Amino acid sequence: MRRAVRTVALAIAAPAAVLFLLMAVGGHDAGAALRALWEGSFGSWYAFTSATLVRAIPLILAGLGVAVAFRAGVWNIGAEGQLLAGAAAAAVVALGSEGTLGSAALPLALAAGIVGGALWAGIAALLRERYGVLEVISTIMLNFIALYLVGYLVRGPLQEGTHIYPQSAPLAAAAQLPRMGAGSRLHWGLVAAVAAAPALWWWMSRTAAGFRLRAVGANADAAAMAGGIDVPRVRRDAFLLSGAFAGLAGAIQLTGVTFALYEDLSPGYGFTAIAVALLARLEPLAVVPAGVLFAALESGSLAMQRDAGIPSVTVSIVEGALILFALATWSRRPFSAMPVGRRAAEPA
Amino acid sequence: MSETLQAFLQATIRTATPLALAALGEMLVERSGVIDIGLEGIILCGAFGALAGASLAGVAAGYVFAMVSGVLTAMVFGWFAIRLRGDQIIVGTAVNLLALGITGTLYRDLYGTAGAALRIPTSAPVMVPLLSRIPVVGAALFAQPPITYVLYALVPATWWWLYRTSAGLALRAVGERPEGAVVVGIDPSAVRWRALLAGGVLGGLAGGTLVLAQSGTFAEGMSAGRGFIAIAIVVLGRWHPAGVALAALFFGAVSALQFVLQAMGWALPYQLFLALPYLVTLVALARVSGRTAAPAALGTT
Repeated sequence: MRRAVRTVALAIAAPAAVLFLLMAVGGHDAGAALRALWEGSFGSWYAFTSATLVRAIPLILAGLGVAVAFRAGVWNIGAEGQLLAGAAAAAVVALGSEGTLGSAALPLALAAGIVGGALWAGIAALLRERYGVLEVISTIMLNFIALYLVGYLVRGPLQEGTHIYPQSAPLAAAAQLPRMGAGSRLHWGLVAAVAAAPALWWWMSRTAAGFRLRAVGANADAAAMAGGIDVPRVRRDAFLLSGAFAGLAGAIQLTGVTFALYEDLSPGYGFTAIAVALLARLEPLAVVPAGVLFAALESGSLAMQRDAGIPSVTVSIVEGALILFALATWSRRPFSAMPVGRRAAEPA
Repeated sequence: MSETLQAFLQATIRTATPLALAALGEMLVERSGVIDIGLEGIILCGAFGALAGASLAGVAAGYVFAMVSGVLTAMVFGWFAIRLRGDQIIVGTAVNLLALGITGTLYRDLYGTAGAALRIPTSAPVMVPLLSRIPVVGAALFAQPPITYVLYALVPATWWWLYRTSAGLALRAVGERPEGAVVVGIDPSAVRWRALLAGGVLGGLAGGTLVLAQSGTFAEGMSAGRGFIAIAIVVLGRWHPAGVALAALFFGAVSALQFVLQAMGWALPYQLFLALPYLVTLVALARVSGRTAAPAALGTT
């Protein structure tokens, strides 16, 4: 409990302190900047629902994906690519069916996103299992490939009818996620994101498969020798599940926010999701508040740029600092509760 | 045809130069058992340092500032990853975010929104007498900015240092068996710190090259994934200086392939050309990746 209080205090105080320092150094009005940050994130019902929560949805889903992979000792840095692959797959289904699916269009598009994300992660999982390619490297390469693939799709097969803009045609109404209420951009994807966290928590902490995943992440050698666990298989499943979460995030972003496929569909949600998962210490339930916090920071930073002239990229410093603060302060041996699958024997 | 070939070779060397510099540095770091994902941030800070230095006092100062910025960035990584023994992947991720934010913010603060028009002195290509007149390959290899010649010298120098000096032996020992190195009186942390600082110098130079020898300006996030590509190149080059140089050339060549294919009239969509180097790198990684070549202690804290 004390740790939880300290964590929350840290998560609020640290970014504020870092930002304040940066403002002072840059000669900006720090008060105005922090006010804009607040106004743009939590300051009004509209800002909270339409900006912060809408951004939190992909961050929570992709963050859960990163958490499940990291817990298994799988270093999936490719949530961004898997998110884009999921969005592309959802767009292919939603646009390709041309209204023939009726009310099944939306669920099928979301399912396509899940499959697309899992398959994209599956490439890296296969490369790891069969050929020993480090997933840290392959997932990063796959991020680039996914981005160019979407670029190709929206200028080629999926381009809108007039062939002028690099984007797809808008989705039919049947394939769009409905809004939760009038006067806000918040859509029903929020329910999926918030419900996914306890579901993943339950799976990881209460099922045999979840136990195997944690065992492999904690000590792969012991899991294989003492537990008789098929380590490569557990790793591959964690990889696929991780990609499925990111793919769903992409499909929800497409059907709930952008309504069309284009290259800038994700302003780096897949990368921020890594920070979200780490700040949550890879605990599924903690991913929800961590996702909301980062979504608030990013929404607020846009308001800061607009109202106080502070470059929005400043928020990256806060995100990086948060990860390092977390790493340095949470335990005497930083991240001793983290997966140790990649660690060698502890030095004496 | 020979004009196309020349453009192809020139583009190959141009793309390969910063990648090879950064990858040589990362190779040293990884041979000491540390994987520095923060290389992307080091390159970016190097690029910004180059801009700051060059706009104050010319090209030479630009390269000095680039190296200093790279080293400072590497020190942040080292503090958390070596001193505090944080997980290297996590610290690297944080360093990349920090670098993106700090360079982006400072750039806007110092140079304003008119930054795109900012002119800084750049380093012109230097013709090597005689060699640059070799048909076809001469101009591509020997009419390059000075930093490329520095790279040519660094490849054998790094090899010699790594395999023919006791310091190089100590580095390799720490990367394979840190506990064993301790027994013979080597301090693994000190060795890793030195490797990391060397990696910072080279990564900073790579960023400096982008600004001072290629684009002549800075842009937010201009490292554009080169740090990650360099890490792939280290694996592709099997942690050996010559291999790393060849792998960088290979990546550069695949990137430059678009000139040749376009000249030959292949109508492949542009985005697929852009994706090709990453695709080919993945396939190449699948072919060379075995567990034997990697330093045994890589990534351990």
